[in-house]
Amino acid sequence: MTAMGDLKRQRIDELAARAGQVPEGEGGVSLTRSAYRRLRRNPVAITGAVIVVVFLLVAAFAPLLAPRDPYAQYLLGEIRPGFIPGGREGFLLGADELGRDLLSRLIVGSRQSLLIGVVSTVLGVVVGMALGVLAGAFGGWVDTVVMRFIDILLSIPGLLMAISISVLLGQNQYSLMIAIAVTQVPIFARLLRGSMLAQRDSDYALAARALGIRRSRIVFGHVLPNSLSPVIVQATLSLATAIIEAAALSFLGLGDPDLARPEWGAMLSNAQDFLSVRPELAVYPALCIIVVALGFTLLGESLREALDPKFRR
Amino acid sequence: MLRFIVRRLLQLIPILLGLSVLLFAWLRALPGGPAQAALGERATPEAIARYNELFGLDQPLIVQYLRFLGRAVQLDFGNSSRTGRPVTEEFLERMPGTIELTLFAMVFAIGVGIPLGYLAARKHGSWLDSASVIGSLLGVATPVFFLAYLLRLLFAVELGWLPGSGRQEVRIDATRITNFYVLDGVLTREWDAAWDAFTHLVLPGIALGTIPLAIIVRITRASVLDVVNEDYVRTANAKGLATATVRRRHVVRNALLPVSTTIGLQTGLLLSGAVLTETVFAFGGVGSAIFESIFARDFAVLQGFILMLAVVYVLVNLLVDISYGLLDPRVRVR
Repeated sequence: MTAMGDLKRQRIDELAARAGQVPEGEGGVSLTRSAYRRLRRNPVAITGAVIVVVFLLVAAFAPLLAPRDPYAQYLLGEIRPGFIPGGREGFLLGADELGRDLLSRLIVGSRQSLLIGVVSTVLGVVVGMALGVLAGAFGGWVDTVVMRFIDILLSIPGLLMAISISVLLGQNQYSLMIAIAVTQVPIFARLLRGSMLAQRDSDYALAARALGIRRSRIVFGHVLPNSLSPVIVQATLSLATAIIEAAALSFLGLGDPDLARPEWGAMLSNAQDFLSVRPELAVYPALCIIVVALGFTLLGESLREALDPKFRR
Repeated sequence: MLRFIVRRLLQLIPILLGLSVLLFAWLRALPGGPAQAALGERATPEAIARYNELFGLDQPLIVQYLRFLGRAVQLDFGNSSRTGRPVTEEFLERMPGTIELTLFAMVFAIGVGIPLGYLAARKHGSWLDSASVIGSLLGVATPVFFLAYLLRLLFAVELGWLPGSGRQEVRIDATRITNFYVLDGVLTREWDAAWDAFTHLVLPGIALGTIPLAIIVRITRASVLDVVNEDYVRTANAKGLATATVRRRHVVRNALLPVSTTIGLQTGLLLSGAVLTETVFAFGGVGSAIFESIFARDFAVLQGFILMLAVVYVLVNLLVDISYGLLDPRVRVR
């Protein structure tokens, strides 16, 4: 076949590929479906999704996956100052500073990290969205008051705010979650308000208003669902920050006071004292945090790209 | 421009007032209330009662708030329960160290980040591009204190190239003027002291600078890629301008606008990132003071430092806004 023919065939293939898309893409395929289609083709999104799914599975089946009891001090007798037993038969990654099986603790610890990440993000999303909806739906003085309050919250650097709240609520895992959630609230509130304001003046909202539909129905039935995509993206990204921030608060001594309970952030900060003896104690939990945070970030970023109309087609 | 600055300054007032209300509420809600906060955890009930009377804590809330505000405006946050010294005095002594560290981190992040981001965009799709994208994602995902520990272990403990803790070698008897150790060394011509203080900044500065570095690389890269496709760049090229001129005058200049906002935002955030980094390096700035006072339950220091840091943060953001107004005339009109 000639080079000319090759070129033609390529062109037809291209057209065919587009033909499969154009009528659907432009002809009323929902944003969700077309976003999903784009996500499936994006290697970055797939990498992120695989990491997240593996993490979720490990967390869900942790008790079955962990080879040993994460609380039992199997190798305590072998620990000397300056020596912590490394990997061996039956203890793949060796022991931690108290002779417990490191691998089992990492596996079970995924649950706590997931719990902190999810609870604090959900809490942040719910409260932030409530404030955002309030401001975005009513406008006027409600909007002004809520947004001024949000601005004040935003003017405090996140970690300082989390520290203040942890100190206030005392040292336990719930105050840790609340502290992280509060740092997320202003972000979600602002985001949702902005995107609702953009939707409020759209044609379909105007049409609904012209038809005499009640305001609550317009807000909750039409404007809100259409404003959600940036919130979903931000929530995915927030899961990553929440896990990192929880580790930071643990490091500052504001984490879970129950040191026996395996949690990546606490494991990482405890291991700092044994860094010169066995750096793996810090490296493994750190790697877990980095990989999971990376997974959520990759997924969130590619969701953003997929949902952004600029990137469509 | 003056009107723009004045308007931005006026907008600060409600934010600062709101901050003071939040902080007041925080102090009241602390276990034991402000008396315990000021006197420490081991205060006797009599001492607390006397303190409450002395500072009018038996008065209505609004009176209390106004008094609190009055003292806060005069930067009077009481004394540290740990050292017994006025909180403001401690802050002024420690802040210069944190400013030096933040400046170092920012210069590092900008100096490396902008060229790297620009190169990544110019060589779009090359290995350098992919490496910088992956590197910047990793930079954001890594807990700062872990990175700080790694740097310290490697370059201070194992290799011994750089000092791993404090702001100055103890054996160096440096004269203090401003508490900016590097500046002091330069002012007094004690060059060895200045150099020593500078080497103490390197490791914590790099650790602190990684997150802004990662973000600056990403924003610069994205922004250059955006600008390169703009019509005016095509026009400039079509006019036959030299490639270097187009890059310098049209691409870089416009691409740096969003980068400058990011730089400002990140500078403010570094102040809170410093809490983690300074703690690892026992740096002795504002960040380590916050860490120490969490452990000592030194609420007087915590409240004063958090409020003053938040004010610094707000002021830095104001400066960013103003500089953005200078860079981009469109912003002023809004």
